[in-house]
Amino acid sequence: MQQRDSLANTFLVSTVLCVVCSLAVSAAAVALRPLQEKNQLLDRQKNILDATGLALGEFGLPASQLTVDQIAELYTRVEERLVDLETGEYNTELDPASYDPKDAAKKPNLSVRTDDPNYSIGRNRREKVARVFLVRNPKTEEITQVVLPVYGQGLWSTLYGYLAVKRDLETVQGLTFYEHAETPGLGGEVDNPRWKAQWVGLKMFDESGDPALAVARGPAPSDSEHKVDGLSGATITGNGVTDLVRYWTGPDGYQNYLNRLESELNGSQGESDVKQ
Amino acid sequence: MLNSKASKVLFGPILDNNPIALQILGICSALAVTTSLQVSLVMSLAVIAVIACSNVAVSAIRQYIPGSIRIIVQMVVIASLVIVVDQVLKAFVYDISKQLSVFVGLIITNCIVMGRAEGFAMKNGVFMSFLDGLGNGVGYSFVLLFVAFFRELFGSGSLFGYTLMELDRNGGWYNPNNMMLLPPSAFFLIGFLIWAIRAYKPEQIEEA
Repeated sequence: MQQRDSLANTFLVSTVLCVVCSLAVSAAAVALRPLQEKNQLLDRQKNILDATGLALGEFGLPASQLTVDQIAELYTRVEERLVDLETGEYNTELDPASYDPKDAAKKPNLSVRTDDPNYSIGRNRREKVARVFLVRNPKTEEITQVVLPVYGQGLWSTLYGYLAVKRDLETVQGLTFYEHAETPGLGGEVDNPRWKAQWVGLKMFDESGDPALAVARGPAPSDSEHKVDGLSGATITGNGVTDLVRYWTGPDGYQNYLNRLESELNGSQGESDVKQ
Repeated sequence: MLNSKASKVLFGPILDNNPIALQILGICSALAVTTSLQVSLVMSLAVIAVIACSNVAVSAIRQYIPGSIRIIVQMVVIASLVIVVDQVLKAFVYDISKQLSVFVGLIITNCIVMGRAEGFAMKNGVFMSFLDGLGNGVGYSFVLLFVAFFRELFGSGSLFGYTLMELDRNGGWYNPNNMMLLPPSAFFLIGFLIWAIRAYKPEQIEEA
């Protein structure tokens, strides 16, 4: 008993325990990392295929019900590019495979202050370089859609999602959130397929070219080109979604990139969007 | 076959000495993860695994743990197990682990795990501690699934994600009870459950 409570034994037990536990934890983390990374990548691809409507269009199923091979096949149509949000030009210095925008938003040298007087994403800083996804027609190689990652604060959590835009660069193809912790059944209804379907075909900008997408309070006016129905019991989540889609389609978000891409698409009639 | 003490240790925590219903421990996670049965089930399995393993580990080294740092030792064991469980969930059931988010990490602070390590595993043998951990985990799961059954049925009109009552917002007839989706409803449900258990077993009623 004396032995067990001695100072030396206390140090010995705590040291041995810490070493054993840290070995167990790091072994699990290292051994399972490849599987986890595969899951994350697959999850991202599924969400992009959902936002673009490719999964439903080709197989008639949401991407979560497709097999790994079907997802891989569809995803060959998607090209990942990095975009400098300030200039709207593609960034060719960073590696698209390993670049992590979430991580970049936290690093002072890779992020800038958010600067939009009207709409807030609940963050002070955002990444300088974003990853966008170009969807091509498998036969003609023409760009058919652009998928823009978006995020912003809801009620409890930051909502992360993808906004898919049609080739005209002003019509919404789809919006889907892949990560959030809003109340299930209330704010969590941003995942409801019926609600998500309302986004399809909306116009992103009003006559003066300002961001106009919004979640209405209550039902959206039936003639509205910009609004979807509000989610009952989820006013703050809805406001957060309004703010984040407007922020990211606005001048501090992807507007420079969209403008540049528009002239690129129109200027070259779709054959040389592979330059650089 | 198990002798009578072992079976008491294993099955006692389900009704006679339920960690949530009688000891009122672990309420926090019972409120947070019970909006759907599927998520509750995975959470239950994670907690059962953590309690059983932590009881075994603590019991196995109980002769060597100095009294002055025993709580810290238990915490380190529990925290390590929880991280391992979290990693396993992320690797094999990624979608559900996304929904459980921080609550897997919060198993570390679940009073039931800590309570069994300090209250039982420190004084009993490895096998008995294992049974005790298993029993308490199952007792916790029983309450969790009970609450989740009613919350998912009346809040979302479905069970395990299969729609039983078509919601009006999807074109059906059932207008869901939004309170069921919010944490306070779990308080009411646990209250009803405790009432029912104590009506069946009056010896659990505390003296006023």
